[in-house]
Amino acid sequence: MIGIIDYGMGNLFSVSKALERLKVPYIFGERPAEIENCDGYILPGVGAFPDAMKALEEHGFIPFIKEKVKAGVPIYGICLGMQLLFEASEEGGETEGLGLFPGKIVRFPGVNEQGKSYKVPHMGWNKMNLLQPEEPLLSDVKEDYVYFVHSFVVQTSDPSILYATADYHLEVPAIVGRNNLVASQFHPEKSGRAGMQLLENFCKVMVKQ
Amino acid sequence: MLSKRIIPCLDVKEGRVVKGIQFVDIRDAGDPVELAKVYDEQGADELVFLDISATHEGKKTMIDVVRSVASELAIPFTVGGGIRSLEDIKETLRNGADKVSLNSSAVNRPELLTEGADYFGSQCIVVAIDARFDEEWGTWRVYTRGGRTPSEWKVTEWAEEAVRRGAGEILLTSMNKDGEKTGFDLPLLEAVQDVVNVPVIASGGAGSSEHFYDVFTEVDADAALAASIFHYKETSVANVKAYLKEKGVIVR
Repeated sequence: MIGIIDYGMGNLFSVSKALERLKVPYIFGERPAEIENCDGYILPGVGAFPDAMKALEEHGFIPFIKEKVKAGVPIYGICLGMQLLFEASEEGGETEGLGLFPGKIVRFPGVNEQGKSYKVPHMGWNKMNLLQPEEPLLSDVKEDYVYFVHSFVVQTSDPSILYATADYHLEVPAIVGRNNLVASQFHPEKSGRAGMQLLENFCKVMVKQ
Repeated sequence: MLSKRIIPCLDVKEGRVVKGIQFVDIRDAGDPVELAKVYDEQGADELVFLDISATHEGKKTMIDVVRSVASELAIPFTVGGGIRSLEDIKETLRNGADKVSLNSSAVNRPELLTEGADYFGSQCIVVAIDARFDEEWGTWRVYTRGGRTPSEWKVTEWAEEAVRRGAGEILLTSMNKDGEKTGFDLPLLEAVQDVVNVPVIASGGAGSSEHFYDVFTEVDADAALAASIFHYKETSVANVKAYLKEKGVIVR
């Protein structure tokens, strides 16, 4: 059973329907008690970082997520749900994150090294470079296009967590992970075949549903 | 780098897809979910659903369409038409849409762009702009209410204002070109691209694969939208993409 963490900040409908297409059982939980004994969790997220951290706290999920990660339970963070796993974000002033991955969230500068401006958000289909294709999450995943839509980006000095990146004027962390904790900047449920394969790998290979 | 996006647009009325030629003559071209699946299989990068019945009738049917599309497809889609409040935005996004497009409602009350962007982020908020060249002004004028009502905005000024207010993408339709199938309105697109730094979707005028090539290479549009040439099978998304790929344009 996959627990979808519902703290009021996600497009839960689409991800839940994607799980249904994969025939993976799931439940939503607005409080930790409602999804205490799931085999794996999805942390979705759309919106602003500070609001999301506040909502996670109000719903009692901050210690919950940290404990589950520590206990080795697989967790997949999607989009803002990925960004929340890092130490901090500069979105709307400096806000502390969950600190489960090293690094922080910064706004795309919008200007490249040559001083030429580029468009923000990073929006559209971009090709992934797989850096750690041997990871179970990436089984049968190719260097395919996935759909990005974000104005803030992960900045980390620890390359060991980078499973895949994409090029958009800088090296954009696309999929990150360490042991049982994985995340993608893009929405797998909106990223065609490659995205569905990732979700399937998470549910069936990592969570063993 | 990002690939250029091909976006079929489905105008929906009472749960059925229709396409207005120059916004007036309307023909029925099918079931939205079935069409959406066909486009997904052909390689459409995204879909846009415009609810053209929304200003006059209830939106409930459209929400059902949104839920069905989100249930069955794994590509992003935008929903527009009759979205007038933050509540409407919330309802549309929570039922599975990835973005909402705001047109008349944003011109009438630009704060709506900010409210939506503050709540969900700019990336969910598309401003749809219908523009027609105004001989008197010597530039393009923004129209609302499906092209029926002229506004006091010049297109470049409104585009800048909308982005400043929180729009994360612009869906720019040329009323002069819409339904003509003679190519996209390159001067209009260029004028808007010059003043904003968010992705721009070109709309209005697509009649052939060459037209997509022109809009991607001559004005560097991020995406191009079309309806009738896809609905009436004059060409397919797959054909357009194969042509673009052969010519060296990056497509998925």
